[in-house]
Amino acid sequence: MTAASPDAVLRLSGVGKSFGGIRALSDVYLTVPQSRIVGVIGPNGAGKTTLFNVITGAYRPNTGDIIFDGQAVTHWPPYRIVRAGIARTFQNIRLFASMTVWEHLLVAQPRRRGLMRNILPVRWADAAAWTRAEEVLTFFGLEEYREVIARTLPYGIQRKVEMARAVTAGPKLLLLDEPVAGMNHDEAAELRALLLRLNKRGLSILLIEHDMAFVMSLCHELYVLDFGALIAQGDPANIRSNPAVLDAYLGSETTC
Amino acid sequence: MSTYYAGLLADIGILTLGALSVYIILATDQLSLGNAGFMGIGSYLASFLTVELHWPLTAALVAAALAASLIGIIVGFPALRLKGIYLAIATLGFGEMVRSFFLIFSPMGGSGGYRGMQHVSLGYIWIWVAGILVAVMVLERSRLWLQMRAIHDDETAASLVGLNTTLIKVGAFGCGAAVAAVAGGLFAHHSVYIEPGNFGFERSIDFVLAVILGGSTVGAGSLVGAALLTLLPEWLRFVADWRLAVFGVLLILVLLVRRQGILDRPLLARLIFRSNTP
Repeated sequence: MTAASPDAVLRLSGVGKSFGGIRALSDVYLTVPQSRIVGVIGPNGAGKTTLFNVITGAYRPNTGDIIFDGQAVTHWPPYRIVRAGIARTFQNIRLFASMTVWEHLLVAQPRRRGLMRNILPVRWADAAAWTRAEEVLTFFGLEEYREVIARTLPYGIQRKVEMARAVTAGPKLLLLDEPVAGMNHDEAAELRALLLRLNKRGLSILLIEHDMAFVMSLCHELYVLDFGALIAQGDPANIRSNPAVLDAYLGSETTC
Repeated sequence: MSTYYAGLLADIGILTLGALSVYIILATDQLSLGNAGFMGIGSYLASFLTVELHWPLTAALVAAALAASLIGIIVGFPALRLKGIYLAIATLGFGEMVRSFFLIFSPMGGSGGYRGMQHVSLGYIWIWVAGILVAVMVLERSRLWLQMRAIHDDETAASLVGLNTTLIKVGAFGCGAAVAAVAGGLFAHHSVYIEPGNFGFERSIDFVLAVILGGSTVGAGSLVGAALLTLLPEWLRFVADWRLAVFGVLLILVLLVRRQGILDRPLLARLIFRSNTP
């Protein structure tokens, strides 16, 4: 999958990132095909979140290229990368402290041209944004929390709000950093169903997750990172039985 | 209305605009202690246009606002690199720079001040105040304002949900400067005499105080803060020499009880709701 495949949404080739003398990522090749769910797993400190930060432009990679939707986005500022169609969530949820759930769904929507649309009340000036927020609110089942300050909600709901915010941006690729961390079993199952529905609509997803059952049951393809380097890739069944992976990660820390 | 109250009302109006100029910039989490500088620029420029070039006042105010917003944008760029207390000190430096410029700028009177403006009515001042306050309150329901709040809450997350934080933060400085300049132009044509000392550090602090006291999360807070800041020292005259000390204690008490200021979103919503139901 490292070779150029025409239907790839995202393609990383030879991406590396160092902090001082520490190589957080070295020579990573990764491809997310159109409408697929790809997982990145690996022990703590393996460089998974760094990988997301490099893809979204929060960090600039030292080496390599990032091709998204046919364009090289390697050194673009974060806001341009989002506008091109990559939206993300964060490992330690980053919601806006003063905003209600509803406001989160309005603020991240795609940019619209026209000064008046942007400076007049959203409800009158941008009915399309209003409708879109309604749809996403319903899709994620967040109606009852609409006017609640998002930061005051339970952890599992906050994760959903963050995901809903990312979806309102209308991305082609959704990056999820540990989406089920802190969720109970039922919440995780519900989220899994939501992600599958989004995926059915054509959204490609790249996710980092520690919950092996969740990853194995959801992802079409997995990449395994250890000390910043890829040590394996393949479909879940393959990864489960890969000796290098068992050695580095699964066998010692987690049971599947 | 007695001239005493007319004077107080004019002060409240001008201070409301000054407070709003701080509020707009603060909405993007940038604290400016230099808005008296923008006010001074607006004040001198508007006076020059009406006195020397015989422009009508409204046109002069608009021109002063535009010119100040350009300067605001220029100040906004270096401000991007500074946060919190460092930004506050840098903007304070800007304000002092403007004040000292007018102190030595003899074409506009230098330290002797400048006069010749036509006195403007209280009604005219309040048309501007009401217009700008309503505009800010409308803007508060807009997409742009949500984006400003996003930057205020978490700038990194804001950029990672697709907001051009540079443009929005610099734009906020430009808008704030324009409002401060209008306040300055109105001040000049109300007091009909201006001198550089009018636009010192204390004036910038007054603007910030009005916002913090009245409510730093809603535009209407600026009006409440400006009214209290102007009227409280007057009402406290009965304690004679102690009035500023008592005023200071009251201010601390308010902030201890309500950190967000007197007016905030829930309170404002309740007031509007109550007035809507019979």
